Amino acid sequence: MSETIDKGRRQLLTAATALTGAVGVAFAAVPFLSSWKPNARAKALGAPVEIDISKLEPGAMLKIEWRGKPVLVVRRTPAMLATLDSHDDRLADPGSESSRQPEYARNPSRAVNPEYLVLLGVCTHLGCLPQNYFAAGAVPAIGLAADWPGGFFCACHGSKFDLSGRVFRGVPAPTNLEVPPYTFADSGHIVIGQDQGSVA
Amino acid sequence: MASHEAPAGTGKLEALGVWVNARFPMKKMWDEHAAQYYAPKNFNFWYYFGSLAMFVLALQIVTGIFLTMSYKPSATEAFGSVEYIMRDVEWGWLLRYLHSTGASAFFIVVYLHMFRALLYGSHRKPRELIWIFGVLIYLALMAEAFFGYLLPWGNMSYWGAQVIVSLFGSFPVIGEGLVEWIRGDYFISDITLNRFFALHVVALPLVLIFLVVAHLLALHEVGSNNPDGIEIKKTKGPDGHPVDGIPFHPYYTVKDLFGLGVFLVLFAAVVFFAPEMGGLFLEAPNFEPANPLLTPAHIAPVWYFTPFYAMLRAVPAFAGTQVWGVLVMFAAIAVLFFVPWLDRSPVRSIRYRGPIYKFALMLFAANFIMLGYCGLMPPAEPFKTLSVIGTIYYFIFFLAMPWYTRMEKTRPEPARVTK
Repeated sequence: MSETIDKGRRQLLTAATALTGAVGVAFAAVPFLSSWKPNARAKALGAPVEIDISKLEPGAMLKIEWRGKPVLVVRRTPAMLATLDSHDDRLADPGSESSRQPEYARNPSRAVNPEYLVLLGVCTHLGCLPQNYFAAGAVPAIGLAADWPGGFFCACHGSKFDLSGRVFRGVPAPTNLEVPPYTFADSGHIVIGQDQGSVA
Repeated sequence: MASHEAPAGTGKLEALGVWVNARFPMKKMWDEHAAQYYAPKNFNFWYYFGSLAMFVLALQIVTGIFLTMSYKPSATEAFGSVEYIMRDVEWGWLLRYLHSTGASAFFIVVYLHMFRALLYGSHRKPRELIWIFGVLIYLALMAEAFFGYLLPWGNMSYWGAQVIVSLFGSFPVIGEGLVEWIRGDYFISDITLNRFFALHVVALPLVLIFLVVAHLLALHEVGSNNPDGIEIKKTKGPDGHPVDGIPFHPYYTVKDLFGLGVFLVLFAAVVFFAPEMGGLFLEAPNFEPANPLLTPAHIAPVWYFTPFYAMLRAVPAFAGTQVWGVLVMFAAIAVLFFVPWLDRSPVRSIRYRGPIYKFALMLFAANFIMLGYCGLMPPAEPFKTLSVIGTIYYFIFFLAMPWYTRMEKTRPEPARVTK
């Protein structure tokens, strides 16, 4: 055995061992980190849901739960739809350019059939539930002015959305309310969580 | 070594001590950290809060262990099991109120402890690592409090967690996947509750204890600072100990016990007479079970988070994302790590600094309290404007520190500690 220590060789072996160990740790971390992802049961419970809209009155709103989030279905009256063109200049994203919705809902009414608005009732700011204030006009208690066209108001941080869920300028929410994927099963039923045109 | 053999004539107990010390450094550790740890003799009122924080940590661990014996970490049972602890478990109400009041007390003593460091320059060289371990403790404590707040599964628990977890969703590209990974579901659910429970009762307490040990080892390595901000080790007596130092035990153990007594009087007054503290310590919406379809009219985090919450809300969304507010909030914590290097004053203690730092620090404390108040209030005027002003001053205090601490005229430090 040599009396001298080959420091270069020792350093190389130390580095190689450390590197191999680090790779091993990275692989070993995968099962632990992956165990945090939504599991099979959570995914099954998050499957699409069908809702009956045949009894929804004009001007009324239906609220159901999908993946733990409220889905709002509003049957808009012609008068409500008429308000949508009047305030584009006050909206942050009137064309829904930077908002989240399926392509088939990227239009001023943000809907497949303008009469039925389908939205996630979750504020795009921090996930609170916006309340509906569909009547136009002032609501002094929560600071809505006389030019309020009707829409949704989030009481948590004061975000305002119109009757298509489009966000007004100067409020904390950055984008319009999200439209979930949905499709009409027939004229009286909507399936939430399934895209327009895809096979059931 | 001969000294490990008990000489003839010693009692049984001493003999046992000798036997143990030959095998485990019991006396060595006791001497190093208590009986022979020389601390400056001029500690004042502000030096109570470190030992009080340790006491509250122990209290939280003990009450926490007993609460887990009756608590059920499941979405269907959690809320009911807390009510069961309150009504059916013998003394359960006391265990729970000690734990919930202890959480607020922890932040009160930690905030005062941090303020003490800014008063007397306890973060300055060579104590930078003590400060950094301290900021890490503060971070771990915030995580611990956040995870714990979900466990009662009240409606404010639920929506508070919803808001905070959503913060991570604002990061571009990875945001959504990250939020799903944290929750383990498409919403805050039983799965989320179960993992937050594991983090709250096992993972973070271990991290906290480890960090506290590191904080203390670093402190005892360099020695404590004092209200004069001078090094007592520079003037040593013939025995090799600092002339201005006194052994931590018995002098400061007794002083800290007295402080603990005063603290416990105040603490017990809250536990027994105002455990909800008018909605500050336990919020009213949390007396209703979690309801994913009903947001409380006004979501505010518990008081100790509200200064940062106010900063989050003060920043408007632009370029189609609200990530800026989140970044500002994280930056507000991150900037703390750099304080030992931002402070360039030739002296440590506020006693020898000029009027600028004195004013800046007092304004900082008032500003922090104001931000906390704004964070509790709904997002309306004047709180919106005050939050913006408060956020700006918070950052100016730290980022302008290298200039205003260096340029101002200071008084000479004494060679020995004053009283």
